[in-house]
Amino acid sequence: MAEAIISAVSEVADKENFKEVKSVLVLVGELQQVDREVLKFAITQLRPDKLAKTRFIIRVVRASFTCKACGHKWPFRESVLQDWVKEAIHFVPEVAHAYIRCPVCGSPDFEISGGRGVWIAGIRGER
Amino acid sequence: MFDPRISIIDDRLSTIDRVIAVVSGKGGVGKSVIASTLALLLAKEGFKVGLLDVDFTSPTTHVVLNASGLQPIEDKGIVPPEIHGIKYMSLVFYLGNTISPLRGTELTNILLEILAYTCWGRLDILIIDMPPGISDLMLDMLKYVKRAGYLIVTTPSKMSFETVRKLIMLLKGLGAQIIGVVENMLMSGSTEYIRREVEALRERYLGGIHYDTSLEESLGNVEELLKTGFALELKSILQNIIM
Repeated sequence: MAEAIISAVSEVADKENFKEVKSVLVLVGELQQVDREVLKFAITQLRPDKLAKTRFIIRVVRASFTCKACGHKWPFRESVLQDWVKEAIHFVPEVAHAYIRCPVCGSPDFEISGGRGVWIAGIRGER
Repeated sequence: MFDPRISIIDDRLSTIDRVIAVVSGKGGVGKSVIASTLALLLAKEGFKVGLLDVDFTSPTTHVVLNASGLQPIEDKGIVPPEIHGIKYMSLVFYLGNTISPLRGTELTNILLEILAYTCWGRLDILIIDMPPGISDLMLDMLKYVKRAGYLIVTTPSKMSFETVRKLIMLLKGLGAQIIGVVENMLMSGSTEYIRREVEALRERYLGGIHYDTSLEESLGNVEELLKTGFALELKSILQNIIM
């Protein structure tokens, strides 16, 4: 994940002709269950010299689901899941569809309406 | 807002010399058995091979390989386990026997997740077992794995080829590399219909594989599988596929 973030930021920095990248805002979905500090550390270890001074701001976005069958919306509560299920969801968040059901109608047909994946929400740089 | 996974896919696949996606217009034509057996045959020939099952809602290559009890490990990404000399990746590792009804966006997200985070290491060939048809995952493959070559599987049925014709037209229209067409489940008395149609589309007819009654029994037993007439016929057209 850290490699993907660095690769994407480097790509944008080159495209925008940034001499320096001041800061990057990274949104991490709660479903991904990534430790912010661990991700920050990995980025620090892997970043190239040109991103040495960049401030990486990492925010976790709460995960929520919307049932496509009955319309019910509910939040992700990882605590009710077994550890191996949490781990599976950590690797591939969509696996949630195999283990989570709509608490109202029991349907597996729901949308992850927020808090999945990793997104780069903003890059501030100097040309 | 943008998705950083897309930036790393080419990098992740850069250690792989060749990507072959096994595709068809319809299900039940033998794609998964062909993809798995092809991977086994290539591994036996000494190639470094990977097999990725992209049929996320109905994966079956693990049945062919008898890949139970395997788990990828996490080490700067997902490292696929090895079985019968093949680096193997399937969603079944995370799903077990549970059902996984998934819509298009979710399928795309899974593909991106797997392409971005699977560390294949050095491979000569990565075989991808695709779901049937020309919907989301096929379009995603064309978008995100531009250098994939497509090995098309059909049966002798006109219905099967009708869908393959559309698949070929799609691939041609988008400039994708078509390796050729394998005709699976040939019956005695099968005609030259598929060969004629493939050649009329100016594509390569790679060969035919006869319907093999011993195949079903051998699924899950790799040594027996490789002795079947199915595997021997596939082996005889292997050169046409990898050249």
